[in-house]
Amino acid sequence: MSKVAEPSIQSVPPLKIVIVGHVDHGKSTLVGRLFYDTGTLPDGRVEAVRAMCEKRGMPFEWAFLLDALQAERDQGITIDISQIFFRTAHRNYVLIDAPGHREFVKNMVTGAAQADAAVLVVDAREGMQEQTRRHAYLLHLLGIHQIVVAMNKMDAVDYKEARFQEVGTQVRDYLAGLGIDLLHTQMIPVVARDGDNIVNASSKMPWYDGPTLENALDELQPPVTSLELPLRFPVQDVYKFDDRRIIAGRIESGFLRKGDTLLFSPSNKKARVASIEAWHAREPIIATRAGQSIGVTLDEQIFVERGEIVSLASNPPMLTNVFRGRIFWLGREPLVPGARYKMKLCTGEYQIEVEKIERVIDVQEMESNEINHVERNAIAEVVFRSRRQIAVDPFEHNMFTGRFVIVENYDIVGGGLINMDGYADQRQLGIKSTNIFKVEHRVPLEERWKANGHRGGILWMTGLSGAGKSTLAFSLEQHLFRRGYLVYVLDGDNVRHGLCSDLGFSPEDRVENIRRVGHAATLFARAGFLVLTAFISPYRDDRDRVRAIAPDVFHEIHIDADLPTCETRDPKGLYKKARKGEIQDFTGVSAPYEPPAAPEMRIDTAKYSIEECLAHLDEYVATNFAITMR
Amino acid sequence: MDHLDVLESRTIYVLREAFNKIDKLAMLWSLGKDSNVMLWCARKAFFGHVPFPLATIDTGKKFPEMYAFRDRYIKEWNLDVVIAGCPPVEEMDPSLPPAARSAARKTAGLKAIVAREGYTGLIAGIRRDEEGTRAKERVFSPRGEQNTWNFRDQPPEFWDQFNTDFAPGTHLRVHPLLHWTELDIWRYTKRENIPLVDLYFAKNGKRYRSLGDKDITFPVDSDADTVDKIIEELMHTKIAERSGRAMDHEAEDSFERLRAEGYL
Repeated sequence: MSKVAEPSIQSVPPLKIVIVGHVDHGKSTLVGRLFYDTGTLPDGRVEAVRAMCEKRGMPFEWAFLLDALQAERDQGITIDISQIFFRTAHRNYVLIDAPGHREFVKNMVTGAAQADAAVLVVDAREGMQEQTRRHAYLLHLLGIHQIVVAMNKMDAVDYKEARFQEVGTQVRDYLAGLGIDLLHTQMIPVVARDGDNIVNASSKMPWYDGPTLENALDELQPPVTSLELPLRFPVQDVYKFDDRRIIAGRIESGFLRKGDTLLFSPSNKKARVASIEAWHAREPIIATRAGQSIGVTLDEQIFVERGEIVSLASNPPMLTNVFRGRIFWLGREPLVPGARYKMKLCTGEYQIEVEKIERVIDVQEMESNEINHVERNAIAEVVFRSRRQIAVDPFEHNMFTGRFVIVENYDIVGGGLINMDGYADQRQLGIKSTNIFKVEHRVPLEERWKANGHRGGILWMTGLSGAGKSTLAFSLEQHLFRRGYLVYVLDGDNVRHGLCSDLGFSPEDRVENIRRVGHAATLFARAGFLVLTAFISPYRDDRDRVRAIAPDVFHEIHIDADLPTCETRDPKGLYKKARKGEIQDFTGVSAPYEPPAAPEMRIDTAKYSIEECLAHLDEYVATNFAITMR
Repeated sequence: MDHLDVLESRTIYVLREAFNKIDKLAMLWSLGKDSNVMLWCARKAFFGHVPFPLATIDTGKKFPEMYAFRDRYIKEWNLDVVIAGCPPVEEMDPSLPPAARSAARKTAGLKAIVAREGYTGLIAGIRRDEEGTRAKERVFSPRGEQNTWNFRDQPPEFWDQFNTDFAPGTHLRVHPLLHWTELDIWRYTKRENIPLVDLYFAKNGKRYRSLGDKDITFPVDSDADTVDKIIEELMHTKIAERSGRAMDHEAEDSFERLRAEGYL
């Protein structure tokens, strides 16, 4: 490695490396030795450690260089992370020494979440252990893909290549199973205590011709910048100084320029950047970029507050009040469905509720378990819901706006990454048609009802494909028609032949499909009809929006049957196709279904026959819609 | 963005979080090089203003140059400064070694001002590279009723999501310079042309690398009499920054004990 020019070393931010691995596999020793061998330690530090060890009557312990706390030295464990600065001829580093004990996972995550790359320390005798797996999984979850594996204590296996290969295969298999690209994963046999292959190549392992740990670190790539991503500028605060109203915050991705029109989410307000403010700037600022803490003034005095995410209108974050989080849970109490927490995403804070635990991941077996609570230090996929809309990006699109933490009482109890697969962007794009006025009909609704002998309304049937919505709707229509009702079924398949033939089954198209049907159904209902609808309508928010159009006449009926029952029925053979992957975004298989929280009525078609279900519906209609003639 | 821009931006972010989240906030201003960088970043964060008071813990035993510096910049920078006195050394824990016992006066002075002014948050300019226990600090570090630091069970802190919700009786130490090194401080001081107490510059082959009370702070051998020469010196020195601070070295855990009790 050639020596890089000093000024350029100093002007580049240090690479942050977290050292992880199972307890007693030698993390702190490795860091101590790396420090010593690179000549980073100040005078007297090694002597001080020697004195500490002599006082305790024990051999020299490299780990004492980092385990700064008395309790750590006395117990020989690392309790909390240390961050230490060190450099090679190539660049500056921050080493983050993380604890390996299971009870200190929160500290390990604290260290790993800020790292650019990781050194995974594995004991050559013991191989992969529980915390090796957990740490590797957490690295993967946190998006750290550059991993150097230091196989430590090679002296304890007589420096044997066969053992190195054997444990190496274990590690590779596990990392490959996580989807980590092994092409860039270095594996180095070391003896941290003696300095073999740390900075100096070892003479004890002539079979190894790869890089030393120091060389491998110097080969790691600096973090990619977020300049190429769309603008995301979370509002941190609004200051009123010297008659200026300054929107302050840090740009997390993209660029922001004077004159840009900014879109604030979730409020959907817009304004232009009048100026970019700075104190003691060398020159006036016309553009700013990801990473900078800035302040802007706007050309209009719109009300915006902390937590909003600023973007350009052309590429905004998604708006939603339901999302899936892949979380790591640090709370003392398990996470359970129905529990409410505070969520923080960038500078925003939201009240959220756990709707559903989709799976809990066993890091040992890499299997997911169907259990209904998430224990401390576990990893899980969880669906959350909030009352307010939240501006988010899926983590894979933007790590800064795609991750969040969970707060319970006074503690941060977890963190997570956002996955929006199957969930729609709920941003209302605004009304395009203008100069439209609502016209008052000359026939009052009540007169129509009286003439018809029943009220108009909507029976909105929602449920999985195969739950029986269409069957029940058409049977009920026939039955009610014969009894003199003005009744009509809007069915999913029929509507998609005409009114909605331009729509597919993507989350966005489904939202639009339901919006159109909602408005069509409302027009029918206002004409005095009893409208029966049969749409899967998987998203709760879509149904709530239809309810909001006509809350007085909307009745939500959950046609409920469990997924296995629906799959067995599979009247159109759709589940089979979906299982084969021939249909994307199929509700219940590859897209979510959100059951109603409080429907007006629930019909269980797995438990009751069609006739019984019809009788229930008939009774419901009689009670809620019939007008007794006098 | 170069390295100094990244450091500055994060410090500004932390200062703005503290200002937004903490009701009764003050910044500790020790008049040293780190404090001055921190104050400079605060003026950048708040567009030339410092929207919280500065607290200076005065042992009465600082160097005259430091008092002169303080008085000058209170005026020039229009600062709101609260000066807190310290109790006499006789009232300190007699089991501490002598220099640590002297340093403990600062902790006592700090506790007194926190109690008197009701601060729920104190911004302090410590850095991780100064000392082993500081390397383990959080950016937002909760302190108990007695100002104690529970290093055995610190809150998780990641993605710049700081724990700002705490039970009554807790206060926060906020550390916006944790991620800086001594060399960074000097490079930034040079770039921004930030004024300094003269004692940092060598006279007669000696200079101070770290400023504390005059009875327990000692100069190091150096000929560096300009910022540039100091930067050059720091790139090659193997002498620890706090080697001139006596209370760090008296016993294996004397500094840890000071810190656990509330020392910076």
